[in-house]
Amino acid sequence: MGYPHKSHPRETPILSKYFGDPEARTLEGWKVRGGYKALPMALATDPVAIQNIVKESGLRGRGGAGFPTGLKWSFMKIGDGKPHYLCCNADESEPGTFKDREIMRWTPHQLIEGCAITAHAIGAETTYIYIRGEFTEPIAIMEKALDEARAAGVIGPNACGSGKTINMWVHRGAGAYICGEETALMNSIEGRRGNPRIKPPFPAVAGVFGMPTTVNNVETLAAVPHILNNGAEWYKAMCLGSPKSTGSKLFSVCGNVARPGNYEVPMGFPFKDFLYDLCGGPLPGRKFKAIIPGGSSVPVITIEEAEQVKMDYEGFMEFGTMLGSGGVIIFDDAQSMPRQLARLARFYAHESCAQCTQCREGTAWMTKILERIVAGQGTYEDLDTIFELTENMTGKTICVLSDSCGAPVCSGITRFRGEFEALISGKRSSTVAVPA
Amino acid sequence: MSHGPSASGGAVAQPMHGHQDEPYVPVFTAGSAPRAKLDDILSRYPTRQAGLLPALWIVQDERGWVSEHAMQEVGDVLGLTAAYVKGVVTFYTMYHQHPVGQYFIQVCTTSCCNCMGAEDVVKAFLEKTGCGELGLTSADGRYTVIEVECLGACGFATPIMINNDFIDSVSVEKVPEILKKYA
Repeated sequence: MGYPHKSHPRETPILSKYFGDPEARTLEGWKVRGGYKALPMALATDPVAIQNIVKESGLRGRGGAGFPTGLKWSFMKIGDGKPHYLCCNADESEPGTFKDREIMRWTPHQLIEGCAITAHAIGAETTYIYIRGEFTEPIAIMEKALDEARAAGVIGPNACGSGKTINMWVHRGAGAYICGEETALMNSIEGRRGNPRIKPPFPAVAGVFGMPTTVNNVETLAAVPHILNNGAEWYKAMCLGSPKSTGSKLFSVCGNVARPGNYEVPMGFPFKDFLYDLCGGPLPGRKFKAIIPGGSSVPVITIEEAEQVKMDYEGFMEFGTMLGSGGVIIFDDAQSMPRQLARLARFYAHESCAQCTQCREGTAWMTKILERIVAGQGTYEDLDTIFELTENMTGKTICVLSDSCGAPVCSGITRFRGEFEALISGKRSSTVAVPA
Repeated sequence: MSHGPSASGGAVAQPMHGHQDEPYVPVFTAGSAPRAKLDDILSRYPTRQAGLLPALWIVQDERGWVSEHAMQEVGDVLGLTAAYVKGVVTFYTMYHQHPVGQYFIQVCTTSCCNCMGAEDVVKAFLEKTGCGELGLTSADGRYTVIEVECLGACGFATPIMINNDFIDSVSVEKVPEILKKYA
């Protein structure tokens, strides 16, 4: 539902059906709402059979990369004699994204059930739910729900009476965007600095504590019980666009918009209807100008482009951007794009782990250039330098944080060059707020 | 990456160095509640090193910050060197390496909040708390205000944290009312 707003008739609330309902937070309340039906069934099913159902459903990773979930699970060799681990990525730090927060705040048992089923499907006895340190409320709610589930025997040494062990713990982060990168997350669990690791080896071969590991996003895991309850065909049928993108997706909407919040729609939903109908359009007297549709790391597009997009992995790619995490950031005609992109670059400069030179130096340099342009002291050559820098920052580092800084900035310069040139030439555009 | 208060400036209430807890009283003494809590946490992991982030959280909950002495103690308990522990502490932004105000206020100013007026919220906090500048502690030792990167509640601009309390939808008008609760 459009939490914190009432559910819109055009939404398909599956994961978000009980957002805003505090009674859904308890074990009993969750069972009354249909919870914990899939888990006992799953525990009695062969792990590979569960992997196949999820493969068939077409579920893809909701954290940003969109990798097929069932395929990722199948990389875990069941019965290899090694301890396997599941890590739930609840480090949600991508600017514009706040869906996992609501899943944990309102429906903690939905996530626990999804984790427990997945742990069984990949042969893991231990699950770590890595929650960013700032999420104090979701952490408290998850801890309480886990205590409840353990006390009731839903998880633990004899989960649901199946004889199988499913241990599950919250691991609290301590403030680092980069720990949302799966290998950095594993380092952070191990008690290290959150520096991403070079791949290969991939986590399924040597992950946390050197053992086979699967890392999945909160929203991905929360979808699993629904797929098992209703079947792969049901999930696959939620598709209005490309057949490669199935199911429902939570989009977080923020910025200059009438009704910011979380909205759940089937993949392929028309973005125009989403923006003007579900989200209520722009604020009074304003017009939408630019949209970053998948969290701050993806390219920015104009509102004219956005109005043609179908909201799925392929639909966003057609317009040179990405679905990413589904964090929709909206800027209206009162915002200065150079100023907003400079602020975004500062975010990446602050969050770079500083391991790779291109990223450590590149993000800081790009921020300096952009802030200089915003201050009215930029040159035309500065714009060329940014593109050159981006080329050196893309595809050349251990993780994609470096690429993520260049993507919104370069796409922003390409699409809103006039605003940058107006600042450089001293003729500030009258339709754009003058940067402070 | 550090948010640590700067060493100069008018509003600093306390000298800023890492040895303000001498003589040091250990946190994880045998039989203590923090020790029991840590031992319980360690049973969840195959290595003692994995207990590092949780151990540092326990220290900060107990003492309000993580001193060099505390880093040495945590290292001794977990079988790590103090230098290694410091390397980890300095990586993460949430561990305080210096004492901070009684109320540590973090205001999100990343783009999604920025375009909704987060910078004015920061100004209001700096003014009303008497901190004046980011990272400095007010003369009465009550407040420290910093800007923080994305708090992950972008649809509820502007989110802030005061110690462990998460407060969203903060506007300039709400600042005095909020500060009354943290007086």
